[in-house]
Formats: sequence, structure tokens, C-alpha cells
Amino acid sequence: MNVIVCVKQVPGTNEVKINKETNTIIREGVESILNPFDTYAVEEGLRIKDKTGGKVTVISMGIPSVADMLKETIALGADEAVLLSDRAFAGADTLATSYALSMGIRKIGNYDLIICGKQASDGDTAQVGPSLAEKLDIPHATNIRKIEEIKEGYIRCQRLTDDGYEVIEMSLPAVITVVKEINEPRLPSLKGMMRAKKATIPVWTAADINADINRCGLKGSPTQVIKTFVPVHEIKSELIEGAPAEQASKLAEKLLSMRFMKCV
Amino acid sequence: MEYFLTEEQKMIKELAARIADEKIAPLAIQYDEDGTFPHDIVKILADSDLTGVYIPEEYGGFGGGVLEMSLVVEELSRACGGIALAFAGTGLGTFPIILFGNDEQKKKYLPDIAAGKKLAAFALTEANAGSDAAGIQTTAVLDGDEYILNGTKQWITNGGEADVYTVIACTNREKGARGFSAFIVEKGTPGFSFGKKENKMGIRASCTRELIFENCRIPKENLLYREGMGFIVAMKTLDRTRPGVAAQALGIAQGAFDEALKYSRERHQFGQAISSFQAVQHMLADMAIQIEAARALVYQTCRHIDSGAKNISKESAMAKVFASDVAMKVTTDAVQILGGYGYMKEYPVEKRMRDAKITQIYEGTNQIQRNVIALELIKEMSGKK
Repeated sequence: MNVIVCVKQVPGTNEVKINKETNTIIREGVESILNPFDTYAVEEGLRIKDKTGGKVTVISMGIPSVADMLKETIALGADEAVLLSDRAFAGADTLATSYALSMGIRKIGNYDLIICGKQASDGDTAQVGPSLAEKLDIPHATNIRKIEEIKEGYIRCQRLTDDGYEVIEMSLPAVITVVKEINEPRLPSLKGMMRAKKATIPVWTAADINADINRCGLKGSPTQVIKTFVPVHEIKSELIEGAPAEQASKLAEKLLSMRFMKCV
Repeated sequence: MEYFLTEEQKMIKELAARIADEKIAPLAIQYDEDGTFPHDIVKILADSDLTGVYIPEEYGGFGGGVLEMSLVVEELSRACGGIALAFAGTGLGTFPIILFGNDEQKKKYLPDIAAGKKLAAFALTEANAGSDAAGIQTTAVLDGDEYILNGTKQWITNGGEADVYTVIACTNREKGARGFSAFIVEKGTPGFSFGKKENKMGIRASCTRELIFENCRIPKENLLYREGMGFIVAMKTLDRTRPGVAAQALGIAQGAFDEALKYSRERHQFGQAISSFQAVQHMLADMAIQIEAARALVYQTCRHIDSGAKNISKESAMAKVFASDVAMKVTTDAVQILGGYGYMKEYPVEKRMRDAKITQIYEGTNQIQRNVIALELIKEMSGKK
């Protein structure tokens, strides 16, 4: 089985800085990590390879320094990693991102399964996986918590839902997005780290993947971000004083007036 | 401090540190309490390739030496000095094969140990043979193509869990120390069984047991080196593995210090963090000085050994004595800084104080090490005259 895993570099902190003009995330100068959900996608790809053979290729779109993050996936056991990086890709929304990824994946070719994390921890949209499947015209299933069976042209997996799970069968190639319940990611091995140190990550531009630049980056992104903000969570507190009985009656009055309680 | 480690050594240290922080630290208190053997951690170490760092490349290892082994032991011990022993004890059991095994013995045993499929152990100590190793009672008698082993080894690290044992036994009582020989004994050999599991003060996640040999027949090919060279095998091995004990002590000390420093900034008394009190600051400074001095001595001793130096007993003993005394002092002070909390099992320093104690005792007590050092000093002096 040949597996392609899509990964994203995300800011490692909660203090995400926004470019006021483009309303996009400023990624330079912020400590970056592999999107936590994608670590499960990489691990699942490696497990399929451990069981069935084949190879695991990791792909990402981002600034040149994302190559270092891709090397970490080589250290974990991925066979190859590819970076899509070009000024033309900058400012991409989920539509433009999935388009670029789909073109990169077409260039890699010869795959049975594409695995994505269920969403990125910065944008939280969960749209790229399904959108990618549409671009490639292959089936997809989101929020996969277990692969029950995978063989030539066929996958059966469990999709996490609010009430339990669904069992989904699909033909391959297909796209799945995975949740953290699916596995426990491994640590790198010494041999993997050695290999990663020597590895060079190919960087593909829009021209390299025959992408239409009008469908890439800001140009290809119909999403208009009007405003970005961190919601304010305000907690008002009031201290009720007095003897216990007095406090209780004051509290009851409050709760009554706020309609959290009613007199029977 | 910059210790000029190679890229590979830095990688080894970094990987061992990740395993310690992410996989061992969350489980250390639990393993200490129930004393179960950390099979899951051994599996992680095997998958990470760290089990082979000190084994030659031609036998499936990474080709490193005592420094590579010690870097792993130090980092693992930062999280748990007991769990680290599954690795370090295997090193102690494997070095006799690396140093004195013939090619066939190396081919047979080293690749599986390097891959983490098998653990090893070293069996010298007996009820009446500790510091005075010449008191060994276990015997090995050649009978045709086999040696027959009889006797009981005591307090053997990895006992029962290891697959490969290097055992020192007496082959000729009349020759004294020159009458000992070293053998490789595999788990599962008829006549080889395990006694009780010891209930220890510290390093509780490490398994310490008796090895019992009752007419245990092993092929004569399992003799290591030559008959009569058992004492040499043991001493040369211990010279190379003592820095491992020193690294374990160093890791335990560093772990305790990290906890004490963190706590001193979180704990407030008299309206301020206790780290703002000079009494605490001086303790922290002294702890840091001792740890750094121990690290410098341990790393340099490892390099001295790995350089192929001939005389290493004195340096090896110095590193072990110094680092283990530092570990005892630093862990005791860490408990002191945490005060009442430090004395409680929910807090991660009293365990380190218990774990530290053994490093002053095993692989030669610190008193025996000082004998070794003094003897070497005198020998050197008389050699000059």
C-alpha cells in the first residue's frame, strides 16, 4: 500500500499573530510545530506500511522552513517528503490549499490512500481533507478512529460520530481524516534521525506541479476574512457575605431573579 | 555547558531525553510503587535503536562506546533510575561478550541484544562474595563437552528478565582468583532457575533476583575467553561499566535538581517564592556545581576509556565514587528544599533519594572504589621510582 500523508505546520503557541492587511496568520518568527492531529495521520500511514509494505510519502504546503518539520516525519519512518512552496501559494484558504495539494499529489502519483489529520489546530476548519478528495475525484471519510481492514482497492473503517461510530466501506484510492483515538504516535528512531539528517526535501513550485496560479494562494481564495478576533470569555463574580443562612437566602434570591430556579 | 559531543552523540542524548520525558516520567512513580518490570519501555528503547548504541556495527549495533551508553543511562535516569537499569544492566551483561567473546559468541548473542530482542545480565555477586569477589562458591566442572554449574548468585540486576547471563564461577579452587572463569548461560537452560525477587529500598522498577544453578549443563563453547580468566573478565568489564553507574547517579541527581529548582519558584512562603531566599539559593547553587562537576568527570572518563587507554581502573572508580556521592547529596538536598512535600511519595524527589543510595553501593562500594584509586596512585608512584 502506498500512503500519502498531508501535514501542516502550525504555531506552537496560542498567541497566533494575524497580518492586519491580509487577515492571514503570520507564521514567521513564531515557534512552529507539526499540527498535533497530523501526528496521528503520519503514525497511521506508518502502521499501514509496517503491515502491508509499500511506502509513505508526506506532503505539505508552506514556507521553506517547513522542510525541517518534514524531516521529522522522515525520522519517524516516512520514506519521502515533499514540500510545496512558492510565493504564489501564499495566503491560500482551504479551497486553494486543497487545489495545490491535489496537484502535488497528482505529481507524486501511484497512491492507495491519503491520510489527513481531522483538522489543523490553528484554522480548525476541517475542510482540506474532504475538499482534496473532491479535487482528486475519489471517495473520502472524515473522523476515522480505526481502520478495520485495508487491502488492494478496499478499506473498511470506523468513523467517530457524536453517538458512537459508523462503519464505512470505500473503494481505494480514497481520503480519510483521522482523530486522535486512532493510535499513539511513535517516537523517532536513531536510524530514522540519521536518515532525516541526510535527507533533502524536494521543494515544488506552482510551475513544478502544473498548477493554475489563479487557483493558488490569495488569488485562488474566495474566502474573505472580514475580521479575526479571539472571543472574550468574561466571568463576573460576586462575593456573598454574611452568616451561612443569610448567604443561602441571598444566593437563592439571586438565582431566582436570574431564573436559574423557580419557587414551587 | 558545551561538552563537544558529536552530532550522533547529541542525537542519542536527545532521543533518550524524549523517551525519558514523554514515556518514562509519567509512569515512574507507578513503577516504583508496584515494582513491575518495564517491558513496555524496553520495547520503546528497542524501537528507537538505542539498545544497540554501544555494540559494534558488525554485530548490528551503532558502534558507539562507553560514552554513548552513558548518555542514554544519564537521560533515562533523569526520569527513573530503576527503569534505566533494564538498559544499563544489559550493558553490564553484554560488555564481557564485546570485550572477550570470540567471533561466534559475538555473532550469536550481540545482534539480538543490539536489536533489543534480548536483555542481558551479569552475575558475580554471591551471599559471601561481594566486595571480596574472590569468595565465589559457584563452581563449573568440565564434563566431556559440557560444563556443569552449581551454586547461587545473589542480587542480580535483570535476573529472570534477561535472556543472556554472564556468570563468573570457580573452575579451580586451588588457584584462588586465577581459578575463576566466565560463562554465557542462556535463560531456559535445564538446571538454571530464579530465586526470590528482592523487595528493595529504591530502583524498584528494576528486577533483582537470585540465579540458582543445580547441575546446570552448558556447552563448553559458552566459556568466555579462557579458563582461569574469569576474574580478569569481571574486572575489565566493571572498569568499563562503572561510568554507567556514574551516569545513572548523574541522571538521578539532575532529575532531583530540576524538581527542586522548579518547586522553589512555585512554592511561596512569607509572601514570596522560596527561591528568593538566600538559604535556598545557595543550596541550589551547590547542587548545580556538583552536578556539573560530576558530568564533566563522567563524560571525560568515558572518552578516556573509549580512546583505548590501557589504565582505566582509577579514572573509572573516580567517576563512580564522585557521581554517586553527588547523587546522594543532591537528592537529599532536593528533599530538603521540597520540605514536607519532599518527604511524601506523591512528590517526585523522595524516590530519587532512595534510588541514589544504591549507586554508592553496587558495582563496587565507594569504599572499595577508594581502595582501587589509592592502590593505583601508589602503583603509579612506585613505578616512577
